[in-house]
Amino acid sequence: MAESRTRTYLGVPLYRPRVAFFEFSSCEGCQLQILNNESTLLDFLSLVEVVNFREAMTERSEDYEIAFVEGSITTEEEIKRLKKIRKNAKTLAAMGSCACFGGVNQLKNRFRNPASAKREVYGSHPVDSGPVRAVEDVVGVDLRIYGCPISKDEVEKIVLHIAIGKSIVVPKYPVCMECKRNENICLFEFGEPCLGPVTRAGCDSWCPSNRAGCWGCRGPAEDVNLRQMRKIMEENGFSEETIIDRLECFGGFLSLMKPERGRHG
Amino acid sequence: MKKTCTVNIRPLTRVEGHGNIRIKIRNGKLQEAEWSVVETPRFFEAILKGKKWDNAPWITGRICGICSIGHTLASIRAVENAFGIVPDEQTRKLRLLLKHMETLQSHTLHLCFLVLPDFMNTGSVFPLIKSHGDVVLRAAKIKKLANDVCDCVGGRRLHPTRTVVGGFTMLPEKRQLHEFSERLKEITEDLMLLSGLIREFSLPDFERETEFVSLKGENDYPFIGGDLVSSDGVHMKEHDYKKMTNEYMVKQSTSKWCRLSRGSFAVGALARLNNNFDFLHPAAREVAESFDLKPVTHNPFMNNIAQLVECVHVVKESVSLIDELLDSEFGEPRQEVRPRKGVGVAAVEVPRGILYHCYRFDDKGNITKCDCVIPTGQNHANIQHDLEALAREYASKGKDDRELELLAAMLVRAYDPCISCSVH
Ligand code: SF4
Ligand code: SF4
Ligand SMILES: [Fe+2]
Repeated sequence: MAESRTRTYLGVPLYRPRVAFFEFSSCEGCQLQILNNESTLLDFLSLVEVVNFREAMTERSEDYEIAFVEGSITTEEEIKRLKKIRKNAKTLAAMGSCACFGGVNQLKNRFRNPASAKREVYGSHPVDSGPVRAVEDVVGVDLRIYGCPISKDEVEKIVLHIAIGKSIVVPKYPVCMECKRNENICLFEFGEPCLGPVTRAGCDSWCPSNRAGCWGCRGPAEDVNLRQMRKIMEENGFSEETIIDRLECFGGFLSLMKPERGRHG
Repeated sequence: MKKTCTVNIRPLTRVEGHGNIRIKIRNGKLQEAEWSVVETPRFFEAILKGKKWDNAPWITGRICGICSIGHTLASIRAVENAFGIVPDEQTRKLRLLLKHMETLQSHTLHLCFLVLPDFMNTGSVFPLIKSHGDVVLRAAKIKKLANDVCDCVGGRRLHPTRTVVGGFTMLPEKRQLHEFSERLKEITEDLMLLSGLIREFSLPDFERETEFVSLKGENDYPFIGGDLVSSDGVHMKEHDYKKMTNEYMVKQSTSKWCRLSRGSFAVGALARLNNNFDFLHPAAREVAESFDLKPVTHNPFMNNIAQLVECVHVVKESVSLIDELLDSEFGEPRQEVRPRKGVGVAAVEVPRGILYHCYRFDDKGNITKCDCVIPTGQNHANIQHDLEALAREYASKGKDDRELELLAAMLVRAYDPCISCSVH
């Protein structure tokens, strides 16, 4: 569209990338966050040309530059589909905790015997499902958008930055800092467990600002000290089980806590 | 002329999740009509085993992005029922308000963003932004209001943060509720204009008799908890949900299917409305009547209209709920939770129909068994039967492939299926 080339943002001519959205095993909430953005959706749509968005449109195209991939990968068919997307896309963004770390879905992997989860839900009925993997365990990923769900403001900022060719910076400091900046009362004062001290910021302390402890959906901040975190939790009277429940919930901390995995038969 | 045609939709678009439609007609005879679900299972029921009770609402909410509030509230109710916690009046009202706003945002998303393009002959809502900007903006305004209330009362529009076993972590400010009440009153007008537009479209004239399952209203149109009822005369207690759902496995689907008195049954807005018509708000009933929608309606395409009617109902009821909340003194946001051994069941009407969560706990409050029965899972068999009947009807009429393809897609879409949710 000719008109798209003349669009500018703060005086900078806008490049309007062709973007596509794809979902794998997920709740599709991250995609929904984009449609959920009523007040800025129209602006967002003027920044990009959406060519693939199954949840919202019937038309399909394989000609796109940026692929936003939501969900975790569990079957051979999904692996094939993902590889094809990787081939077509110049930039592949893993969107949300499922895509970045396996999300809540990866909790299935904690069962030592993979057949036990299948038996629990389907009995002897055959189903195709392997271990849950993050997108980057299967193909290369250029960009990670953290969160369960992603924050719509963050996605829009990222897309805008792509459109004006600016590099994308993700916070390296923890949620705790945002929480303090928001002048919240610390969750530990309310007797609530919270992973804010070790979780990557960027959500504007979404949960603590609503007086709910952080479950670490955005994964670890840089140089985090899990031992320190455990000490704080223990000092506040929380059990080992509560700490592990939170650390393992979205999969972001897994590489830092391997030995605790596999408690269940 | 004898008709031969093949419809192959893989995957169906403008629905949540992955499902395929396949129809084969040879010489005017239907050979095959199949609604298959290829979504990959995520094993939530296994994931929760061994987890402490407080994980349940937080994790099961992630079964579905569109109705995460419904899942969270069903999960909370199941835990509370198991532990013998009875929510107070304030918590009940706030939860219902939150649920209503999820219903409003979900129904509006479905009607205006997913269904409307079928009637306007486009593949998505995006071109409508140019051609029918006023309609899109009106829908966006309704959706935004609903989502804003969810952000405020639930802490987040999807995967809520404030909703916990025992109540809420935090309460909304009264001034916020007051503002929402004003905006809700304004939105009634937008809904009326929207129904005016929808009235111009002619819905496919197709009927197949079936059984409708929903909660049973006592004094109100039902949403959270209560007895279960079917239009074939079955009446059961909430904790007997398994006898109402009778899940079984089929080859063509990774989702389980359900049955009750006949081969299939339907849940959702149309089922709720068919079973509880008298409890609709008068303004909502008026809209229903203007579409000639009254119990028992067996045209599945009318589910779209039933959703519209429910939008009006939830907006009207939310205004009264807010009035009552504003008139009362706010108490403590949450009660203490004392885990105990036992089983808890919850039945909650979420946008797409009745949803069940059931947990068994040991004496420490750890989950030893989890079961969730999803509305779309209950609808799959009914969709399959409808699809066969629709294809058979059109096979004999000799319509062209394109027309059948569109109709079949519209039929499944009318159920507003949440496919990935049904394969949890
Ligand atoms: S990251 Fe969370 S919100 Fe996004 S798809 Fe996964 S479960 Fe849903
Ligand atoms: S507070 Fe923690 S759990 Fe909540 S959104 Fe932020 S990172 Fe995720
Ligand atoms: Fe289930």
